Amino acid sequence: MAARVQEAPFDSSAEMVAFQADVQNAGAVVTFTGVVRDDSGCLDHMFIEHYPAMTEAALQKFALQAMEKFGLEDALVIHRYGVLAPGEAIMMVATAARHRKDAFAGADYLMDYLKSRAPFWKKEVSKDHTKWVASKVQDEDALAAWSDAPKS
Amino acid sequence: MKLDILYFAWVRERVGKSQEAVDTNAKTAGDLVDELILRDEGYAAAFSDLSAICVAIDQELGDFTTLLKDCREVAFFPPMTGG
Repeated sequence: MAARVQEAPFDSSAEMVAFQADVQNAGAVVTFTGVVRDDSGCLDHMFIEHYPAMTEAALQKFALQAMEKFGLEDALVIHRYGVLAPGEAIMMVATAARHRKDAFAGADYLMDYLKSRAPFWKKEVSKDHTKWVASKVQDEDALAAWSDAPKS
Repeated sequence: MKLDILYFAWVRERVGKSQEAVDTNAKTAGDLVDELILRDEGYAAAFSDLSAICVAIDQELGDFTTLLKDCREVAFFPPMTGG
């Protein structure tokens, strides 16, 4: 298991190849890459702030939770911070499991936790204005759906 | 009790600083906010809607009722938007 927080770009293809080469006993590897989107057509860049003392430990905790919950063989999380241009990769997760359902579910679970519980904040910077990205109710709902607590 | 307070994202922008050291008698994170908002308009603006603010105590997520006993670092920030 590995969780990395970094400012520098990463090569998602190379990361996937290295991840897969290291895994034993997996019949399924799932990867997800999040990319800076420009919905308005005038985004200059995305600025991602984080809480250095907390971030890496949080990512490691979520990766371990995912491994335990879905019996994953391995998991990888990479998340960037700083200034990112449209089209640049923000983050990736990779999961390896014996079967595809656990690999997909593990990646989905990790993404839901990264969205709402990892201490990152995104700010969209355009030529004429800046805006902190607001959290979405759907993201909290997605997280709640994984909970073992009884649903109301 | 001496502790460090960290602010992130728009909470940091409204308060006007990313970090400060304070000496406080606050028992909970909520008590600490009550002290801070008396300081100036920036703090009052940052903490005007506590439902929009998250708290971490010594790098663990908590809430405004979490006790600060023996803690060294409190962080205030908006809901997280990673991924």
